[in-house]
Amino acid sequence: MEEVKLLGTWASAFSYRVLWALKLKGVQYEYVEEDLFNKSELLLRCNPVHKKIPVLIHGGKPIAESAVILEYIEEIWPQNPLLPQDPYERTLARFWIKFGEDKFPIFYKFFHSVGEEQVKATKEAKELLKVIEEHGLGEKKYFGGDNIGLTDIAYGWIACWLGVLAEAAGVQLLDAESFPKLQAWADRFKEVPLIKDNLPDPDQMLNYFKLRREQLVASATS
Amino acid sequence: MADEVTLLDLWSSPFAMRVRIALAEKGIEYESKEEDLSNKSALLLKMNPVHKQIPVLIHKGRPVCESLIIVQYIDEVWRDKSPLLLPSHPYDRANARFWADFVDKKIYPTGKLVWGAAGEVQEAAKKELVGCFKLLERELGDKPYFGGEKLGFVDVSLIPFYSWFYALETCGNFSIIVECPKLVAWAKRCMEKESVSKSLPDQYKIYCFLMELKRKFDAK
Repeated sequence: MEEVKLLGTWASAFSYRVLWALKLKGVQYEYVEEDLFNKSELLLRCNPVHKKIPVLIHGGKPIAESAVILEYIEEIWPQNPLLPQDPYERTLARFWIKFGEDKFPIFYKFFHSVGEEQVKATKEAKELLKVIEEHGLGEKKYFGGDNIGLTDIAYGWIACWLGVLAEAAGVQLLDAESFPKLQAWADRFKEVPLIKDNLPDPDQMLNYFKLRREQLVASATS
Repeated sequence: MADEVTLLDLWSSPFAMRVRIALAEKGIEYESKEEDLSNKSALLLKMNPVHKQIPVLIHKGRPVCESLIIVQYIDEVWRDKSPLLLPSHPYDRANARFWADFVDKKIYPTGKLVWGAAGEVQEAAKKELVGCFKLLERELGDKPYFGGEKLGFVDVSLIPFYSWFYALETCGNFSIIVECPKLVAWAKRCMEKESVSKSLPDQYKIYCFLMELKRKFDAK
């Protein structure tokens, strides 16, 4: 069995995507916590192009970009499939994974902004949530259908990070009244045993993001 | 059968070019429907309600959106037709996906600033673009194509941007062949293939189109 190493950070949803996929496949791995303000030589060597986490190192060979890593994990460890077999259904899964990737910076703006800009960013974020709920999830139990798949993992940040980020930024985003289907999915996702047992500590997360928010506001208003 | 495959197309779009190349490489017959983005067809709005963008591949009545997703779909559905665009080994596939993603994240937005912006923004974009091209040259190495001996996923992802080269050089006031000779040699090699040369419009035509786009945008 070739060695599997995951370079990540404890508060990163992108890091957790890879962790969840490995856990769901029953793959043994070594986790390495990176300090993004003091990046390790290993990280810089393994992801010289973007210098970001997560990076998966399998048998000494690095793979970067979480969406690319997820597909790699799916192909190397076919047990407990996380993508549909049918090529057309696979395009839908990939479409929604890409949608989340492409829109994430727009989405995340509410956390970076203040005042009028934050009001606008919050509105845009809610519009994106609506698109994801109506077109991506629809009436399905999970994005993957009856069981969670790569798309659910890719949107795990909505279930597990969004509430903390919104609270730290002083806004309200996902709620059961405005997004009943998405909220129900988020609750269901967090109850999946392997997900539930592999989440960062919520209090630690809130403290961390509150501090990040303070730092961002200070630099935005200085 | 030609009636099974339709492409909602746009002559000037690098993303549509990717799909045209992939279909041509596989020898797949299809119907091309040219879209007018200032007056989007009911079919486009129905087939891509989320983005309302081209390209869209319609296969057996079902839409596939996003150019790289379409190219992967074509490769998977017509896997019995050579060439295989994605490599067979998962690690090589991950590497191909990484670099195709790099083209999307870096070449497209940075290139847009080189032909579309001015002053310091344009200068910074030019430096970044050249840097990205050099990274791609390093990845190419001594191989004839990113796909090895034949055209592959990364080649298909990147080569449409060769149609931007005249616009980039003219607006950015630099020479890509001087900065990145290996990349230009690779591009010319790709253009020797009919699937590519028939899918890419003339560079000057693209330059005029992009300048018109820029004029309209600046006027707003």
